[in-house]
Amino acid sequence: MPDQKIDVQKIFWVMGIGLLFLLLPRFLPRFYVYLTALILLTGLLATSLNLVLGFGGMYQFHHAVFYGVGAYSLALMLTKSGLPVWTGFIAAPLISAIVGYIIGLICVRLSKLYFGMLQISLGSLVWAIVFRWYSFTGGDDGIHGIPLPKILSVSHGAYYFTLIITAISLYLMFRIVHSPFGRTFQAIRDNPERCEAIGIHVRRHQLAGEVIAGFFAGIAGTLFVTVEASVFPDLMFWTLSLEILIMCLLGGWFTFFGPMLGAAIMVILRTFVGIYTEYWTLILGIVLMLLIFFMPDGVLGMIQKAGGRGDGVKGNHRL
Amino acid sequence: MHGFISQISLPSLLQQILVGLSRTTILFIVASGLSLVLGVLRIPNLAHGSFYMIGAFLTYSVAAAVGGKAGFWVAMVAAPIGVALISLVMERGLFCHLYDREHLMLLLFTFSFTLVFGDLVKIIWGSDFRSVSIPPVFQGSLSIFGLPLPRYNLFLLVIGPLVALGLWILTQKTKIGKIARAAAVDREMVGAVGINVSLVFSAVFVIGCFLAGLGGALVAPTQNITQGMDHSIIMEAFLIVIVGGLGNIWGALLGALIFGLTDAVGILLWPQFAIVFPYAVVVTILMFRPRGLLKSTW
Repeated sequence: MPDQKIDVQKIFWVMGIGLLFLLLPRFLPRFYVYLTALILLTGLLATSLNLVLGFGGMYQFHHAVFYGVGAYSLALMLTKSGLPVWTGFIAAPLISAIVGYIIGLICVRLSKLYFGMLQISLGSLVWAIVFRWYSFTGGDDGIHGIPLPKILSVSHGAYYFTLIITAISLYLMFRIVHSPFGRTFQAIRDNPERCEAIGIHVRRHQLAGEVIAGFFAGIAGTLFVTVEASVFPDLMFWTLSLEILIMCLLGGWFTFFGPMLGAAIMVILRTFVGIYTEYWTLILGIVLMLLIFFMPDGVLGMIQKAGGRGDGVKGNHRL
Repeated sequence: MHGFISQISLPSLLQQILVGLSRTTILFIVASGLSLVLGVLRIPNLAHGSFYMIGAFLTYSVAAAVGGKAGFWVAMVAAPIGVALISLVMERGLFCHLYDREHLMLLLFTFSFTLVFGDLVKIIWGSDFRSVSIPPVFQGSLSIFGLPLPRYNLFLLVIGPLVALGLWILTQKTKIGKIARAAAVDREMVGAVGINVSLVFSAVFVIGCFLAGLGGALVAPTQNITQGMDHSIIMEAFLIVIVGGLGNIWGALLGALIFGLTDAVGILLWPQFAIVFPYAVVVTILMFRPRGLLKSTW
């Protein structure tokens, strides 16, 4: 995507896909519409992770926390507060962004694996609180039967809401990636030392990236509540974070739409493999192994090339 | 809420600390294995938790198969060795081809094993709870300073320092330990002087996983053996390793003490949020010392 010239063909494609998604509920059974909504919001989540992972080169090991925080914020506002319904939808992503800011503030002091590990520990703290605070968050049961605004509970309301919000979010993220900020961000990924040397404030950019990623993950969280009308602590358990990482890997994390594709494959596979066998994770594990073994350079090759570290064993241990 | 700290009597606090120390032993054994692998091979091995779980299930199966008093002891030896064998196959077959990859890839690769092992355990042992009975020697309690302490916990308190000592001798006094430490710093240089680094790595990996299996075997009589015990232990072990300093065995001990004791005291202070205490303490420490308390080998 080097040039952003207005391309007739591209516009045609976008309109075609948009139309397809809009008309989907007309010719698909209800279950598939629900599945599509799930794919869209999961894809949004994976894309938001890729913002910092693929384009920022940050080891975002615990991205699900922001997703869970967004979902729980909305769920709690809808069930426990008397605030107007839609304020919840606006406030929840903002709360996720704030959590992103706090966690980012602590983590961006470190890089690579240390960054990731610190983030996992902070995320685990958030998870532990949610998991245990029965009186407020419902503990490990979560919250179910969340009352949603009427417009979302009517036929396909949740689907169209998810579709529109996902489309807007993707557009915004696409613009961010191709903005001067996004370009700087990618430069930091490729060579943080050089960026620091030419006067770019690396940590401030990474912190901003964390906030943005947190915000969009929060949006994905609110969409989850819209589609499922329930929340549970697994939404911010570390295994989900790893699953989102797999989606990015699967789709390719140097492409903008890769994670979306990865999410679609994962959700579809899980649903249909789940029909035939209860051992879905076994199959996922084997797929992941094959992916890492036989698609080695397809995914991380570019980062290594760009960072000039394709040279033997030692270069890979730089942190 | 009012006065809830004053309700805690000194004896109950001491007893809780003793219980916490035996929990610390398990955590230390598991975390030290993780730390060893992380320090030398630089693999953040998420499958470490799976080895712990497999160790516990193997202990159950071996103890049941052998039966009687000897069953427990045979299982204590056989289960960790079984786990070590699995890890050997895994390392020689797959991991040794991947050492030069990015951490992220290695992390995901170990995660794929977590997924596979999780389901394999479900296939082999089913989803029911399993339990291992404590051998007669360790049943009942001893009185320490007038406080009852289960004999098995005392056994754990003896095992912990022994493992620490063994690891210290292994890493500081033996040749393989010295090579491993050198390889942790500069594996190319170690290779250049004619040492087969790959085999040393293999040995370290197997020892690390053996410790996970040992932790699982030791924990088996104290709790229900279930699916999902891999997911909780691995996070705890990771936090312990980070807070102690990556790759530092004494750091793992310190981290395990912090984790085990805050957990035990947390149960007294505020039972509902007991699991939050260790996480909160670890995060607080990491805010001030993000690279851990002791020196990392990285």
